[in-house]
This record gives sequence, structure tokens and C-alpha cells, in this order.
Amino acid sequence: MHAPAPALDLSQAKRPIALAVRGLAKRFDRPAVDALDLTVYGGEFYALVGPNGAGKTTTLRMVAGLLRPDAGSIAIDGIDALADPVAAKQITAWLSDEPMIYDKLTPFEYLEFVAGLWRIEAQPAEARARELIDWLGLEPHAHERCEGFSRGMRQKVALAGALVHDPKLIILDEPLTGLDAGSARVVKNVLRQRVAAGGTVIMTTHILEVAERMADRIGVIASGRLIAEGTLEELHRQTGKTAASLEDTFLTLIAEPVAQPVAAA
Amino acid sequence: MSRPDTLAWLAGHELRLGWRDWVALMTAGHRNRARTVAIALIVFAAFMHVFAYWIVAGYADANVASDTAMLVGVTGTLMLSWSLLLSQAMESVTRAFYTRSDLDLILTSPVSVRKVFAVRMSRIAGASVMVAVLLAAPFINVLAMRGGSRWLGAFGVVAAMGAVATAAALALTIALFRLVGAKRTRLIAQIVAAVIGAAFVIGLQIAAIFSSGSISRFAALQSDWMLAHAPDTGSAFWWPAHAVLGDPRALVAVVALGFAVLGIAIAVFSGRFGDHALAAAGVSNTVVRQRRWSRFFRRRSASRVLRQKEWTLLGRDPWLISQTLMQILYLLPPALLLWVTFRNGAGSYVVLIPVVVMAAGQLAGGLAWLSISGEDAPDLVASAPIAAGRILQAKIEAVIGMIALVFAPIVAVLAFDSLFAALVAALGILTAAASATLIQICFRTQAKRSQFRRRQTSSRIATFAEAFSSIAWAATSALAAAGTWIALGPALIAIGILAGVRMISPRA
Repeated sequence: MHAPAPALDLSQAKRPIALAVRGLAKRFDRPAVDALDLTVYGGEFYALVGPNGAGKTTTLRMVAGLLRPDAGSIAIDGIDALADPVAAKQITAWLSDEPMIYDKLTPFEYLEFVAGLWRIEAQPAEARARELIDWLGLEPHAHERCEGFSRGMRQKVALAGALVHDPKLIILDEPLTGLDAGSARVVKNVLRQRVAAGGTVIMTTHILEVAERMADRIGVIASGRLIAEGTLEELHRQTGKTAASLEDTFLTLIAEPVAQPVAAA
Repeated sequence: MSRPDTLAWLAGHELRLGWRDWVALMTAGHRNRARTVAIALIVFAAFMHVFAYWIVAGYADANVASDTAMLVGVTGTLMLSWSLLLSQAMESVTRAFYTRSDLDLILTSPVSVRKVFAVRMSRIAGASVMVAVLLAAPFINVLAMRGGSRWLGAFGVVAAMGAVATAAALALTIALFRLVGAKRTRLIAQIVAAVIGAAFVIGLQIAAIFSSGSISRFAALQSDWMLAHAPDTGSAFWWPAHAVLGDPRALVAVVALGFAVLGIAIAVFSGRFGDHALAAAGVSNTVVRQRRWSRFFRRRSASRVLRQKEWTLLGRDPWLISQTLMQILYLLPPALLLWVTFRNGAGSYVVLIPVVVMAAGQLAGGLAWLSISGEDAPDLVASAPIAAGRILQAKIEAVIGMIALVFAPIVAVLAFDSLFAALVAALGILTAAASATLIQICFRTQAKRSQFRRRQTSSRIATFAEAFSSIAWAATSALAAAGTWIALGPALIAIGILAGVRMISPRA
């Protein structure tokens, strides 16, 4: 059995908490998420990894307000997301692996629609939309309908939609699935810049190299419980494989029976 | 088991797919519903036989050596049915071109493309023939029970009609591909299919309105003008009618001719089908630049943004428009009747109001499905900082707004004739539309807009409830316009339907 997660150092504990999940539970035919505790700090890039069916997507869908938990609490930037979902959603963005866009709208119209839903003033929203369109290389296609777009372009449009209202917390579920190297790099750069600017990103991914390179901390989830959490070095120490890759560490962690979930910070 | 790459093997594969597709269509993907569906089908068949008895039992004694009036009546009915079959066949052929499913696998395999598409066209024809025979069966069965086995020949005529409809649909769709290209064929074929399905009925109704002031299509078929200009009773034009009435020689000729036409169409077009399917596959990558676009973001409330989005998406999707076009096309005859009535001051709006109310209910049901269930970005809308109730409210407003836009001109014209009738019609339209929307809310599900054609399969209860509530509100409006308190009867039935829907709704 691996060692329990080390206590957080003081400097981390002083950082503002962007997301605090406590005792989160959701059951479908079997428990999908089981008494999960999770803390993500402001300005942090947090990657949630785990095998298929571990409960990663269910967890993030509950955080994004797309699924009602059976038990537990979710606080986003101090706002109780279950008691006041509208206020919590105002500062949150959700991006799934399947781009949520409308085929018959252009990227420009799509961003106007999203800005309208988030009640952003027209002028700053438009400036931000133009900046994002330019940033993501969508300028030549800004007034073309999305129906002819490739998967990479659709994901870029969806990402622009997630950023147009300047969210404090961005929740991404497998955002790099099916993207070519160029599109994946654009998405990764945008997320990095977002974190550098003080935003918080929590992301699930199957691509462990992405978690390894981009995340400040990594959470490993299995059978709906957080079984390990920490920086890459901390995870290596937990398994006793200091020179191993994240893949080796991950496989070691999920191969062990789920015992003690990681204590909340 | 037959050898792979033979026609029999391919036909077996198509049959298996067709059967599973049909079972999925009937059970909405829930295999455990098979028994319920079987019972429902038996009940439906029994109901259809009772209905057929009421309609055609009186004609069971019609003899082979019929007069012109009988031949015109039978031929008109056959043409009416054929136009609907052609419309359905065009839908199926267009779908076969544009649905990717296994086309990539087929087109990259070493199997003869001609052979594959010959089998696929036969499958479409088989489905058309089966649908035609199943729909006609209650009527033919009743006629055979009452008038003898000679009526059973009508099955052959119906099957031949299905075969010819498929052949015509193939020819029309291939011609459209050549004329307008792969990009526009889908849209135009859908519109043509909708127009063909409705045109014959509407044409007859329009003729009837002008000749007798009635909305009955049979009035036009039995008019003196029609009987005077009909071909001689010995003409080959009447063969299908003669065959239906029990003439064995005419039956053999019609069946042989029908299936020969289909065989020729398959032989001629199967080679080109592959090329056109490839062309259709490239359409999804076509770039559509928005001609008119706003250069600036506009300041709007979240509700308005949602409403505007629904209207924009509908306005930019000609395929969805063509799907709802049928319902709007059926409004033409009542609108014409209104115009004739208004011109003559005859006040026959009592006939018009239920038609309009019924159409409003049906149209609202389709639009509500698109708006509420057919949301292509459900997570985006659900993760937005708007209360769920407000999102739903905005979508309902979008539906009611579109209904108002379509029906306001009719109500306005009606108001010139009778303010009371206009008020009743407006209330009926709003109530029927609101009821259909409520039913869609109760049975809402998550689907893609492109699945609109199959929306009925997600809940048959919702489909029937929608139809019966529209009928009940139509009856209420007609009786209210006639100034009778009996109108409360169908109104109570409609309210009962809505209460029942709320009780059994999965959302309750």
C-alpha cells in the first residue's frame, strides 16, 4: 500500500482556495463518486487522472453544476455552488471533450451568444471575443458557420466560448481528445497563459504526459475516491519510484486496492 | 449461409440491419419494451380495422365493370396514397445518400459498388412496399371480409405502387444530383418530398373550395367537370383501379409493370449511386460563409439571447424548415377557404378554426421538441449562470413567438369577418400550442436537432398525447365558435390528457 499524501506546506495552505469539494458522492447503478474531498488553489493547474470509469467526469460535471450530487458540498471561490448555483456558474467555465457549439452559428455569433448567457457587457465581451478569435487563429473563419469546421477548430471555438466571460475557474474534461498536435499546443498555451494570469484550471486527461508537463498538482482518482494527490515528485515518493515516469507511478497507484482516500487540505 | 460478396449475402446483411433498425424505431432502443410494443401494435391494428370499416365498408360491393365515378374515386385515392409513398421514398433515398454510417467501409471494400447499391436500393423499395401494404391492409382486409377475396388483389396494386414510388424517387433524386449538385440536393429533395406529400391533397382541396365551397378533396374528384374530362373506362389509365376492384388481368399487368419499372431503375442507377454518395460525403466539409452578420455584439438579456438563438438556428436550417413545411403547407387550403368565405361573406369559419388550431398544436409540438429537447449544446446552456426555469421560459417564448408569427395573419383576416371567431381562434391556437409545448416539456430528452425526424420514437405517449390534445382543442374551438356550451366537453378531455401526461411524465 502506498504512503498517505504528505501534509501541504504552509505556503500552499495560505493560497486562496478556488475549489473546495467535501464528501462529494454520486451513485448511478453503483457509486460513481464516493465521499470525495478535493481542494484546488487559486492560480493552480490541477490535473485529475484515473482509469476509465473512475469518476473523473462525474466529479467535474457536479462541480460545473451539470449534475446534482447525492451528498457533499462544493464551494467555488467561497460560493456554495449547491446553494447558489447561478453565482457559482458566473465565475466558472466548462469545456468537455465534445465541443458544445452550434453548427449554424459562426464563431463570432457563438461568442456573442455565450457572452449574452453570462450577461457580459457587449463592448468588453466583443473586445475579448476578437482577442480570442485572433489568439486561437480563428480570424479567417470568424464569419463562417461552424458546420464545416474540423474537430480542432470546433474545440478552439468552444475554448474561446469558455474564456470569453473571463472565468476564475475553468473546468475541462479531456479537452485534448482527438486534437492534432498543432491544435493541442494552442489549447495548452492558452491554458498556461490563463494560469499565469491568475486563473485556475482543473482538467481531466488520459494523456499522462500532459498532466506531467502542465499540472502544478495531480490528483489520482479510482473507484470514485481520490487515492493520491500532489506534485509529480510527491506522487513518485508515495510509490517509492523516484526515477519513474508518471505513467509508471500512475499504474502502480491504480493497481493497489483503494484504501485510505487522501485527506482534504 | 451464402458466400460473401454475393447479392444474397449482401441482401441478408441489409435485411438484418433493416430489421434491427425497425425494432429500435419501435422500441426506442429499449429491447425490454418489445412485448409492450407488440401489444400496442395489435391494439393499433384492431383500431385501424374498425376505422377502415367505418370508411370503406360501404364500397365492398363495388363491381369490376364500374362506372367512371367509381374509377375516378378509386384512382384519386390511389394517386393520393402514391404521392405520400413517393414523398417517403424520396426521404429514404436522400437519407441513404447523406447518412455516413457504413458508407466508408463499403466504398473502401473490394465489393462491387454496383452490387452493394443495387441491394441498398432494393432495401429502400422493400421498406416502401412494406409500409404501403401495412397501411393499406386494414382497408383491404375489411373490403375482402365484406365483399369477397377479389379485393385481396389490391395488395398487389399497393405493392406495385410502392415499387414505382421508389423508382420515381431514385430517378428524381439522381436527377437533382445532376442538376443542382450534391450540396443543394439534400435540401431541395427534402422540400420536394414535403411538397409532393402535401401537393396532391392540397390541390384537390383547393379545387373543391373553388368548385363547391367545401374543403373535402372528394368533392373535387366527383365534380361534373372531372367526370366529363375523365378518360374512357376502357383506358389503360384505369388499370390500377380495375385491379383494385378485382380484375385479374389488370392486376397482373399493374404488378408486372410496377416491379419492371423498379428493376430498370435499380439497374440504371445503382452504378451512379456510389459516385453520388461520395459527392454527398464531401458536403459536410463545405464552408458556408454567413452573408449577413453583425459586426458588433449587441446588448441583450440572457432570455433574449436564448430566444434569438432558437430563431436563428431554425431560420438557417432549411432541412428543419422543410420538415415543418408539411404542417404549414396544410394551412394553405383553410387560408384559401377563409379568403373565399370572407369574399362571399358566408361565415364558414367554423370549418376553418379547428384546422388552424390543430395545425398550431402540431407545429408547436415540433418546434418545442427542437427548442427544448434538440439543444445541440445542452452543457453550455446548463452551465450558464441562469436559473433553469428562466432557460425553459425563454425557450417556450421562442416557440410561442414562432407560432404567433405563422398564425397571426390568419387570425387577423378572420377578425375582419368576425371578431368573436378571431378571438376564439387565437385562444385555440395559443392553448393548443401551449399544450403541445407542455407535453414536450414533460417528456423532454436530450437529442441532436438532426434527430428531429425520429422525435416520435423517443416517447410514443408524448406523440399520441400531442395529437389527441390538439384534436380536443380543435373541437373545443370549433364548438366555441359555433356558440355552444358543448365546447366544455372536449376542453375537459384536453385538460384530462394534460393532467394524465403530467402524472406519468418521467419528470414528475
